[in-house]
Amino acid sequence: MRSGIFAGLLLATVSAGAAFAQGAPIKLANVAELSGGGATVGNNWKNGIDLAIEEVNAKGGLLGRKLEVTHADSQSNPGVARAQVQKALDNEPYVLLGPGYSGSVKVTSPLAAEAGIAQIMGGEAAELTQGGNKFLFRTSFGQQSSMPKVAKYINDELKAKSVAIVWVNNDFGKGGRDVITKEFAKYNIKIAADISTEAGQADFAADVSKIKAAAPDAVFVYVNEEESARMLKELKRQAITVPLVGETTLVGQKVVELAGDAANGARGHVGLTTDAPVDLVKAFREKFVKKYNYVPDHNGLKGYLAIYMIKATTEKMGKVDSKAFADNLHGLTIKAASEPGILMDVTFDEKGDIDRQGFLVEIVEGKQVVKQVLPKLN
Amino acid sequence: MSNLLDLLVAGLATGAIYALVAVGFTLLWQTSQTINFAQGEFVMLPAFLMLAVMHAGAPFWLAIILGILLSLLLLGLGFKLLLVDPMLRHGVLPLAIATMALAIGMKEAVKQFFSAEASPFPSIVPAGDVSILGRVVSLQSLGVLALAIAVVIGLTALLNRTSIGHQMQATAQNPTVARIIGVPVERMILLTFLINAFLVALASLLITPIYLAKFSSGEVLGQAAFIAAIVGGFNQVRGAIAGGLLIGVVDNLAAAYVSTQYRAAVPLILLIVIILFRPQGLLGRPEERTV
Repeated sequence: MRSGIFAGLLLATVSAGAAFAQGAPIKLANVAELSGGGATVGNNWKNGIDLAIEEVNAKGGLLGRKLEVTHADSQSNPGVARAQVQKALDNEPYVLLGPGYSGSVKVTSPLAAEAGIAQIMGGEAAELTQGGNKFLFRTSFGQQSSMPKVAKYINDELKAKSVAIVWVNNDFGKGGRDVITKEFAKYNIKIAADISTEAGQADFAADVSKIKAAAPDAVFVYVNEEESARMLKELKRQAITVPLVGETTLVGQKVVELAGDAANGARGHVGLTTDAPVDLVKAFREKFVKKYNYVPDHNGLKGYLAIYMIKATTEKMGKVDSKAFADNLHGLTIKAASEPGILMDVTFDEKGDIDRQGFLVEIVEGKQVVKQVLPKLN
Repeated sequence: MSNLLDLLVAGLATGAIYALVAVGFTLLWQTSQTINFAQGEFVMLPAFLMLAVMHAGAPFWLAIILGILLSLLLLGLGFKLLLVDPMLRHGVLPLAIATMALAIGMKEAVKQFFSAEASPFPSIVPAGDVSILGRVVSLQSLGVLALAIAVVIGLTALLNRTSIGHQMQATAQNPTVARIIGVPVERMILLTFLINAFLVALASLLITPIYLAKFSSGEVLGQAAFIAAIVGGFNQVRGAIAGGLLIGVVDNLAAAYVSTQYRAAVPLILLIVIILFRPQGLLGRPEERTV
């Protein structure tokens, strides 16, 4: 009997060994906004990561090794994010994941670069990849890629001559505001009101009153998800009827859920959406909903893609080498045909920025409807 | 000018909610020398209690009733018996610190057991607009303002025109004498805790559709209501009402005409000015205590 149990244990060990032949798991570290103002961002990102890791491990891991991730909460606070990243780097992860907030990325990226560890993050502020950091990679478009498309849409499609800009006073919001202001100038679009708001702001009544007084042809809203929802509700409460345009954060799933009817009619450019007319994205959405019982926003997609960026790059290298990882991801094109987890063909340039197809969407009856697909540039 | 009208209506609507919360501060202070630094979290919690009831399948109206009843039980009776009574005998300061700890505990508990993310919350006032003096004004703003004013008038009538109200005032003014003349002081103190629980539940019902249900949403409200109570007069209900409305309007006007970044500073500056030049608050009365 005892020898039977021993044989069983031996067999189980051998089987596990076959699945993860080269032993030790590959350690990843995620630092994200799991609470605080960016909780929507961080939790979607985390869930996307967990889903992808589960899939990779179920298929035998990466180069035969299991992926493991630790999650740390930045509390949506750059200071906490920095401390958490330092702690994570002390454990020598293969790749650092997150944070999602640009402000937190800004203060943590020098740490990862100093350690020579690649950092795959969710931040979208234009300046993040402009400083020559060779270890920083985006999972979505930076503002320098997305804002020109938004400005073009406002000029060409909406024919707006004056726009009120509402932005959140942090690195993300200020970066977006600076880029779109320059783009508006190219089209001679007048800034009717330039309104800065605070992260975590609850009451937008005064801000919307300012918009009302400025009487613009359109409103460009560039604040985080929860604030977007509060803003949309207040815009509806004060009967603002001009087109409301934004970038990804204005038209995300969470915003639609929080703002309800007030989100209808909001339009925006999104780099990633689970409503994209792409079969692999639809399949991702189904898997995510089945596992977590809610529809993810773009941050869920970003987290998921981050893991498949690691998988594709590591398989290209043929080895797990954290020091060589960044060099190999620069200039890499990952095709969805060969790596379905990447969902859409994507190319990473020398700065860590991405080239991928994008979408113009509108919220119609509580759902994101893709109005236009903007193709990959190269 | 038209912009000013919009700002005044929005400011008064928010201020009316601050007033509800600030009244709770003054009631607890007057009857039991309790400064409740968890008052903001007391506004946050009822919304989550209502959401929990709705998630269990109950309709909104039933969730409101059960949410208010649960608030009376937890934030009124439970708060008094489990925290205030044991701590108050050690003095005002330990109790104030205990309420700070309670605030942190409540936030973390909601984050742990519900969610760290914001949740939508239905409004009891229907969406839509009405035209006033040629301006489109939100029904929700007017509804919030009307309901909050109705509650404040009802509370004032209770305190000034009913026997129970007179007994509560007697308890607040001098509990020893009140006890001698036959006022059931303990029962009156409990009643103020229950009224406070009702007011915060109502404030929660009115503000959460605008601010969204989130574990941290009480922070801003608690601070604003505390400032409102001091500015208006911490020992007078009418002072708290005036303070609440004033802070709501000042906050909105500051955001519009000063700057959004400094909007939070303006009520604090007002607070400093009041403390320097009229420490009892705008409508408060000077208070002397033996030490």
